[in-house]
Amino acid sequence: MIIGAIYALHAKDLLSAVIAMGIVGYGLVICFLLLKAPDLAIVQIVVETITLVIMVAVVLDSTRKEVEIKLDRRTIINILTGFVVFAGLFYFFILAIQNLDPLGAHSLRMSEAYVEGAVEKTGSVNLVTGVLFDFRAYDTLGEAVILYTAALGVLTLLRIKGKK
Amino acid sequence: MSVYILSFVLFLVGLYGVITRRNLIKIVISLSIMEFSIFMILVLVGYIDNGLAPIVDPASGGQIYVDPLPQAMVLTAIVIGLATTSMLMAIAIRLYRKYKTFDIRELKNLRG
Amino acid sequence: MEGMSIIVKKVSQLLAGLIFVYGIYIILHGHLTPGGGFAGGAIIAGAFILLILANGSSALNLKKEISGSSNTESLAILMVVVLAMMSLAFGVKVFFSNFLPKGEPGELLSAGVIPLYNIFIGIEVAGAILTIFLALVIFKEESSK
Repeated sequence: MIIGAIYALHAKDLLSAVIAMGIVGYGLVICFLLLKAPDLAIVQIVVETITLVIMVAVVLDSTRKEVEIKLDRRTIINILTGFVVFAGLFYFFILAIQNLDPLGAHSLRMSEAYVEGAVEKTGSVNLVTGVLFDFRAYDTLGEAVILYTAALGVLTLLRIKGKK
Repeated sequence: MSVYILSFVLFLVGLYGVITRRNLIKIVISLSIMEFSIFMILVLVGYIDNGLAPIVDPASGGQIYVDPLPQAMVLTAIVIGLATTSMLMAIAIRLYRKYKTFDIRELKNLRG
Repeated sequence: MEGMSIIVKKVSQLLAGLIFVYGIYIILHGHLTPGGGFAGGAIIAGAFILLILANGSSALNLKKEISGSSNTESLAILMVVVLAMMSLAFGVKVFFSNFLPKGEPGELLSAGVIPLYNIFIGIEVAGAILTIFLALVIFKEESSK
């Protein structure tokens, strides 16, 4: 996945960059299946396909040439500052994950309380659906509202005003 | 532990793309790559060794299941990522129709 | 944009029917197998997008299509809020509580109010994704005239 991401940044043709984003997305599906999350894999496949269709429809309509990067002083100072910030972030991340349990141990407290009484309290055999729609129903309502607002926003942005 | 570091490297690659690229479509692609890395980290926190997928079999008892709470959060986050990317693409289409370029330094020069 | 050749049109009609039925299956069995409202809604939107891409946008009546999909989506999210408010009337006086009787775990008619939520969220997600796609198609049509 990291190789696909690095290629997507440096590709000269915009269509190749969009296809490389597809590599990262589908690699994520394989990782979800290895981590035993089938619900997420289904949603990620379909959403990634729809995103790729939308992006290819936008990119094919316009120029595909990438402007070249001139190595003037401003660009080099930007890149060096970026690397200093990255080193700082990396150090803080290593500090933060020392406190996590190693991969595969019971990390979260709430999961015990959810898994014990989920089948009796909600009545659904699928635990992820039960958590999403019964214990955390407000989050699902918020997500439906966000999707509705995004559809309204796109409909408002892409409007041709007729000239009188 | 090394899997966490690899996912964070993917996050840094996306962040590098947002900072240094000049083409608007590449900035949108880098933002999407950053979101994917965060989904990986969230699902990795909730993984339990030798656990099954979280569909309960009512006949057997005492099984260990993978944590369903981060999976519910990531399910919500995937759909929100779709909404964000589609709105950014709509803005990119409008900018291209008006200025005929995707370069962000050109957009700052054309005022008024 | 024009449509594709006639073989693609006929095969895509057959496939879109199959994908639609598969999406309804995933929505209805959301509390038994992996899937649920969001995955099924996106699959149904994918079936309609396949039909639009194969037949070309000159074969549609675009104003009618987009008003149809956005009205469907608005009605579906209204029904979600109504269903959540109905729990204030019966049973425990808490917003969003699961008030219908729960049957056996593992049957199709179990888990209280969750299958109804799955159906309405699925319709809403399908309508939203279809509206986004149709807005792009209309914009390309009208600005290339």
